[in-house]
Amino acid sequence: MPQTFGAKIIFILQNYGMTFLRGAGVTMVIAVVSTFIGLIIGFLVGIVQTIPTDRQQNPVKWGLLGFVRIILNVYVEVFRGTPMMVQAMFIYYGAAMLFRINMDMWTAAFFIVSINTGAYMAETVRGGILSIDPGQTEGAKAIGMTHFQTMVHVVLPQALRNIMPQIGNNLIINIKDTCVLTVIGTVELFYSSKSVAGAYYWYFESFTIAMIVYFILTFVCSRILRALESKMDGPDSYDLATSDTLAHTSGMTRFTERPEKDPKVDRFFSTRGDL
Amino acid sequence: MADHVLEVKHLGKTFGKNVVLRDIDFTVDTGDVTCIIGASGSGKSTLLRCINLLETPTCGEILHHGKSIMEKGFNPSKYRAKVGMVFQSFNLFNNMTVLDNCMIGLTKVLGVKKEEAKKTAMFYLEKVGMAPFINAKPRQISGGQKQRVAIARALAMEPEVLLFDEPTSALDPQMVGEVLEVMRTLAREGLTMLVVTHEMAFARDVSSHVVFMSDGVICEEGTPQQIFEAPQHERTREFLERFRNN
Repeated sequence: MPQTFGAKIIFILQNYGMTFLRGAGVTMVIAVVSTFIGLIIGFLVGIVQTIPTDRQQNPVKWGLLGFVRIILNVYVEVFRGTPMMVQAMFIYYGAAMLFRINMDMWTAAFFIVSINTGAYMAETVRGGILSIDPGQTEGAKAIGMTHFQTMVHVVLPQALRNIMPQIGNNLIINIKDTCVLTVIGTVELFYSSKSVAGAYYWYFESFTIAMIVYFILTFVCSRILRALESKMDGPDSYDLATSDTLAHTSGMTRFTERPEKDPKVDRFFSTRGDL
Repeated sequence: MADHVLEVKHLGKTFGKNVVLRDIDFTVDTGDVTCIIGASGSGKSTLLRCINLLETPTCGEILHHGKSIMEKGFNPSKYRAKVGMVFQSFNLFNNMTVLDNCMIGLTKVLGVKKEEAKKTAMFYLEKVGMAPFINAKPRQISGGQKQRVAIARALAMEPEVLLFDEPTSALDPQMVGEVLEVMRTLAREGLTMLVVTHEMAFARDVSSHVVFMSDGVICEEGTPQQIFEAPQHERTREFLERFRNN
């Protein structure tokens, strides 16, 4: 049996490397899929919360929307206001007891993390929509767009860009928080680390590896999201079309330098997005 | 009865207890270039926003070809596609290029095919001198350029009448020049325009009709000669006097 710290780590990696990898894989799948589903939930809730209605003009729509909003508010407040670990127990055992539904590991994990993320995202999306200058909506309305078209083509793409940092936050929180799913038996990274630790009573060594793996996962994700953000911003410069503008195959010149401004300053501003 | 493009009858607008517009009456006919002048806070912009239904008028009527636009079941989107608007703060879509800004209304609202929409958009972008910048995003161009794109975007919808809400108020003097030049050209070509402006020289030289507003009412209206050379009302005289001194 290895005695030193380093030797124990190498021993664990050799014998249980796959266990850690599988755990990390499960963690990532749950985190990424649930963040995505949560984002969709958040968008739907956020959009419903920001539909403009006039009580006088359309009382039926106003009443219906008011009712739906109350339900959505309850959803947001309840799931934001209780710990995910408790929710996991509540939903997993509640479903079994009340509805005789035995959720498998994946269904339970996706369901709990998604619905939790959705509650946070709903507020994030609402904030994102509110952050867009009302002038954008007016501009869209002025050329005859409906509320739906305005949202889809003008407001939401910009809101999405503005809430990207928050989406990244949520993804990273989800990567870390999937560990609470051990309480319902989801074999993710924390569960795997605990099993390995229990096999030899090497807690420190095992969780050192877990620490490193968690950090690598979150760090890589945050870098990827940063890259995605700057890709959404598009290039700093633009192609200046030459005289024959209809034939876009004709010579396009690269317009790289903007004479009146310092390019460094420019780049700085453009990374701040379209606020 | 003549077929007026727009006819405003006894229009009133209040925000809470604030009376912003009172008993506004005027008409816009095809080919008219109407300038609305007056001090800030006199209700000019609110009037324009009421005409485009961005604000709901409190009382009175607005008729578009004789049909009220304030009736129940009236489709504001279809109406706005025919009555374009240019804003003080440009309101270009920040997530789209200059070309897409001008095409989106054609493709999504009017259902024009992409190639057709591009041709139309290019035609109007060329008219305002912004054709070389089709690939730029709004944040990459200057204020005057943004406003010219905004004008092209409104023109691309080929509206019956174009409303301008202080189109040059957010610009420096040089940019004001380039935007006014575009608007002069449009006026010469016979576009029906309703312009809220502080550019007195533009109002005097280009418009066919001038409306002077003060404290939410139309104080005086007439031809540019009448308003600028022989104003009848004390307030109009005061207002124009202040402009001459500046």
